[in-house]
Amino acid sequence: MHPWIEALVALFLLLGSLFALIGAIGLYRLPDFYTRLHGPTKATTLGVGGMVIASMIHFSVSEQSLSLHELLITLFLFITAPVSCHMLAKAALQQKLPIRPGTGGQPWEQ
Amino acid sequence: MLSLVIPLCLVLIGLAVLLTLARLFKGPDLPDRILALDTLYINAIALIVLFGIWLGSNIVFEAALLIALMGFVGTVAVAKYLLRGDIIE
Amino acid sequence: MIARCLPHPWLSLTLLLVWLLLVNDFSAGQWLLGALLGVLIPLLSRVLWINPPRTRQPWRLLPFFLRVLGDIVIANLQVSRRILGSMDDLQPAFVEVPLEVHDELALTLLTSIVSLTPGTVSADLSDDRRRLLLHCLNVQDSAALVAEIKARYEAPLLEVFPCSA
Repeated sequence: MHPWIEALVALFLLLGSLFALIGAIGLYRLPDFYTRLHGPTKATTLGVGGMVIASMIHFSVSEQSLSLHELLITLFLFITAPVSCHMLAKAALQQKLPIRPGTGGQPWEQ
Repeated sequence: MLSLVIPLCLVLIGLAVLLTLARLFKGPDLPDRILALDTLYINAIALIVLFGIWLGSNIVFEAALLIALMGFVGTVAVAKYLLRGDIIE
Repeated sequence: MIARCLPHPWLSLTLLLVWLLLVNDFSAGQWLLGALLGVLIPLLSRVLWINPPRTRQPWRLLPFFLRVLGDIVIANLQVSRRILGSMDDLQPAFVEVPLEVHDELALTLLTSIVSLTPGTVSADLSDDRRRLLLHCLNVQDSAALVAEIKARYEAPLLEVFPCSA
């Protein structure tokens, strides 16, 4: 494989795993449940996105035929991540999980 | 170069899985744990795609896609159970 | 005749594309098989589908989605900086957004896009579907945020899905 393409694959792999790690750090560090929602739902979708792009480039070059089926994973994650995130936020609001002091605004009463 | 980068990426994602596991055990509430499980399956997808590149084979792609499908259904089912006390009404 | 064989043309096209991606093979035979599935599956599951909304110039969604993709990348960088930085100067907030879109598909698209972009997560939709509750990771001026969401994401959706209610 051409070294430049290999470098590109390596770059996307590193970016992807860094975003996945940052998402997990957010999940661990952030102070309350609602802020914790932000870490994984965003960073991990892009994390997997980076991996998938790397995989697409790698297999398209190494097998010399277009390999796009990894796109399905990203597509599916982009559709489902907001849904599960919304469901979890709704459940948390209904269970009245503690909100970090200093949070502006109010969730409405249901 | 890839033979060097891929183990590094494995370590990074392994760390992410450990942090997620810590949140899974720490809680403190049920939605936190569900969110941790959700993150865990997304990390598993990343690991499997990485493993596929390492093997140089496309054969693990279906496994990653299946985890994406089943993980989503699982998360929504548990979240709905929390919301309604029932999954299929 | 065409309307009877293809009750949902967009669904058929999606099925064909997903089939081609799944088998990862773009030969003529797979195109034919995918087209067959794209015709058969919507016909067999006709009773399960809701009527697709009226759209105006749906191709304009494409540049819109590209811009959203760019926003997602920028959002990720911003959120990453927040996560790695200090937790004390974080200013999370609940923000209410009044909605003008009423169509189910447009509403789903809007909430998904909001959840995927800059430090905002959709948390709840009011029962009358007129207001959306957001949780923001770090917000200084919530009125400006609401205005930005309405101008950047809701307005293009309103153009494609003309308001029916």
